[in-house]
Amino acid sequence: MITVENLTKRYGPHPAVDDVSFQCEPGTVTGFLGPNGAGKSTTMRMICGLTAPTAGRATVSGRAYRELPNPGREVGVLLDASAQHAGRTGREALTLSAYTMGLDRREVAAKLDLVGLNAVAAKRRVRAYSLGMRQRLGLAHALLGNPRVLILDEPANGLDPEGIFWMRGLLRDFADRGGTVLLSSHLLREVEAVADRLVVIGGGRIVAQGNKNELLAGDGTVVRARDGAALRRALEAAGLSAADSSEGLLVQADAEAVGQAAADAGVALAELRPAGGGGLEQLFLTLTAGESTKEAVR
Amino acid sequence: MTTATAPTAGAVAPRQHAPVRRPSMLRLTVVELRKLVDTRAGRWLLITIGLVAAVIVTLQLIYAKDVEQTFVNFFVPSLLPVGVLLPVLGILSITSEWSQRTALTTYALVPRRERVVAAKLIAVMLTALASVLASLAVAAVGTLVASATGGAGTWGMDASLIVNAVILQVTSVLMGAAFGLLLLNPPLAIVGYLLLPTLWGVLGEMVRPLRGPSEWLDTSKTMEPLFSSDAVTGEQWGRMAVSLLVWMVLPLAAGLVRTLRREVS
Ligand SMILES: Nc1ncnc2c1ncn2[C@@H]1O[C@H](COP(=O)(O)OP(=O)(O)OP(=O)(O)O)[C@@H](O)[C@H]1O
Ligand SMILES: [Mg+2]
Repeated sequence: MITVENLTKRYGPHPAVDDVSFQCEPGTVTGFLGPNGAGKSTTMRMICGLTAPTAGRATVSGRAYRELPNPGREVGVLLDASAQHAGRTGREALTLSAYTMGLDRREVAAKLDLVGLNAVAAKRRVRAYSLGMRQRLGLAHALLGNPRVLILDEPANGLDPEGIFWMRGLLRDFADRGGTVLLSSHLLREVEAVADRLVVIGGGRIVAQGNKNELLAGDGTVVRARDGAALRRALEAAGLSAADSSEGLLVQADAEAVGQAAADAGVALAELRPAGGGGLEQLFLTLTAGESTKEAVR
Repeated sequence: MTTATAPTAGAVAPRQHAPVRRPSMLRLTVVELRKLVDTRAGRWLLITIGLVAAVIVTLQLIYAKDVEQTFVNFFVPSLLPVGVLLPVLGILSITSEWSQRTALTTYALVPRRERVVAAKLIAVMLTALASVLASLAVAAVGTLVASATGGAGTWGMDASLIVNAVILQVTSVLMGAAFGLLLLNPPLAIVGYLLLPTLWGVLGEMVRPLRGPSEWLDTSKTMEPLFSSDAVTGEQWGRMAVSLLVWMVLPLAAGLVRTLRREVS
């Protein structure tokens, strides 16, 4: 369980995070989306007590992060995969953390194995790791203490397709067993595949949040017929407003209502589907339109 | 690299666990000691410290007069170069967390940053103690060799010299750590540590009005009595305390505040 209440962070006069509130429930994966510089990483650092908020507060499992007696056993954190000592071996980096948390040494080998870093890779210094290997090491680190909550900032960044597929399964499984996951990512297809809830921010403010299916359903329906004029009349007759789009007519109603309207008027449809098909991508672009990086970075 | 193909269910299952206790200071100190030796750079620094002591003794075995080849004369000169390297160890222990960005993991695991800082200070102080033991050991080997090769090889030494050596090395490693805490950047802290007190010493020599304060503030001067077998006087202790207040206690305090407040990213 992660609770974020009115978190605000100012760097100078500009808020990087502005009055952000949301909750991540056990058993769910929350996708945290937003353009570059929107404030995702800053929000996550504030949740983990690494950045002091200007205002507001965040709790993990009911407590402020700093009040957790042994945070690694409660929350697995991966904020930046490249934040590892270049001169340490992968195994050593995990061993230090395992000892700090008071874990059995066997956990280190188990987690290295889990993320697919073999014995040779584990003995190599992090300096020699590829981006994907660092990311895997970071994931092993986050999972090390067998936490109940995961906070992951762009964990799929640099993973190969197989790794991304594997991680999707891992996160789904983790949540299905009652874990809480907060996951930021620019790989929208990944988020769409794994997340239950979405929190979208732009320019430090929340622009949308809620159940993924509900947010995506709000998109409307795309419908196309060979006889476009007849279709338009049919929709008008049913009281549905239709707008032109590159793919056909965009109707603010669900597919069932649109299909019924066409059938009532005897119009044969060539295509009928939820709008976009780009799904999350279209939603993301619509929601964050205007929140360009240029503005966010200022 | 092999990759795990199938999602390994179960292995990452969140579990309901008994309340976990926070890591003890002992545990944190062991972790910090381990960090001092688990990189090549760290290991070499420690090896260099040992080698420097050995080289000093070897040079004396070769070049010093036979009568001067005593335990005291082997022990005391090794303290100075070791005392120059120890602060570097203190600086790196603190600043590498920021330069290597491991602060992100360290402080995520132990959000009470003051406990990590305390563990680091204990770890480097223990290393300073170990360095005195190393100096003693090397001096003992030197003395044995000296007596076998016609040197004086006498063993007598005031116990107070050992105490002085401990004070000297522990304070120098702490001074380094203090600069590290305050500046949080390895090159800056090393240059600052080596330059500032020296600059102060040079100024004290050149600028007449500063000569008085420099007697109290230049650590190279105030710490000098520690090298001699003569008992340190009250006034000498006083000067030492004042200089350490300025170069060790104040930067430690200010550095701790800075480290606690700093944003980790
Ligand atoms: N330490 C800092 N000092 C000053 N400004 C900062 C700092 N950290 C972040 N910012 C600013 O805060 C804003 C949000 O940054 P943040 O890293 O949280 O974005 P993000 O959503 O994670 O972006 P990305 O998708 O690129 O990772 C940006 O405008 C950034 O410039
Ligand atoms: Mg980010």
